[in-house]
Amino acid sequence: MLEGSTAIAFYIISFVMILSAIAVVTLKNIFHAALFLVLTLFAVAALYILLSAEFLAAVQVLIYVGAISILMIFAVMLTAQLTNYNIKQTNEQSLPALLISVCFIGITIFAIATNNKLGGFPIKENTEIAGSNTANLGQLLMRDFILPFEVVSVLLLAALIGAIVIAKRDN
Amino acid sequence: MQVELIHFLCLAAILFGIGLYGVLTRRNAIGILMCVELMFNAVNINFISFAKFITPDKIIGQVFAVFVIVIAAAEATVGLAIVILIYRNFKDVFIDKMNIMKW
Repeated sequence: MLEGSTAIAFYIISFVMILSAIAVVTLKNIFHAALFLVLTLFAVAALYILLSAEFLAAVQVLIYVGAISILMIFAVMLTAQLTNYNIKQTNEQSLPALLISVCFIGITIFAIATNNKLGGFPIKENTEIAGSNTANLGQLLMRDFILPFEVVSVLLLAALIGAIVIAKRDN
Repeated sequence: MQVELIHFLCLAAILFGIGLYGVLTRRNAIGILMCVELMFNAVNINFISFAKFITPDKIIGQVFAVFVIVIAAAEATVGLAIVILIYRNFKDVFIDKMNIMKW
């Protein structure tokens, strides 16, 4: 349970996050949408700090804000006709899509509220983690999750080679 | 003012719903990839808040979040490579025009 100033920080961060996420999905200019994606990812990193996941907050800024957003902006620069504002950016499905998303959000929040009424999640009050977050995470990755760790590095290598093979010009 | 686990879960659900709306409505392939990133982030918020509130003595949820971030990076790389290739062949990134495999 977070109280006091952390609770206020939570509300400010979630306000910024939701507004910029709406901007990502609705803005006509795809370049501006990419910039708002950066803001959303920063807000998620701030939320990770509130949840005492400092290492993941740093990783979020490095990988999402530093790498993936830059990759997106590169792709936008290489492909989109940025100066032409008359291109329609949404398809004809926006009303059914809005209905589906609102239904999804409503049902999920209803399920969470019902679960909370019926006793809720087994929350432990002692939310202090012993030792530093980075050291604990490193020990878990190197001891208990060593096989998934190796598999995921092979996956990353395969994605790297695959991206090069797909995007290269064949002569 | 108190913030508990359910607030984080509701926030993640809203973020996931916004990303879902974007995936369903965007015509630009890069826009769709950006909205998929929003959905990945919503899932990560869930993982980390469960790790903080339910199993505070073990942080296995954070390990899962690391794997989700790695897979999101791989997906973005391959997805953008495919988008660049499509643009080179069609001179277009709007996916409702990509219907040559539709019978």
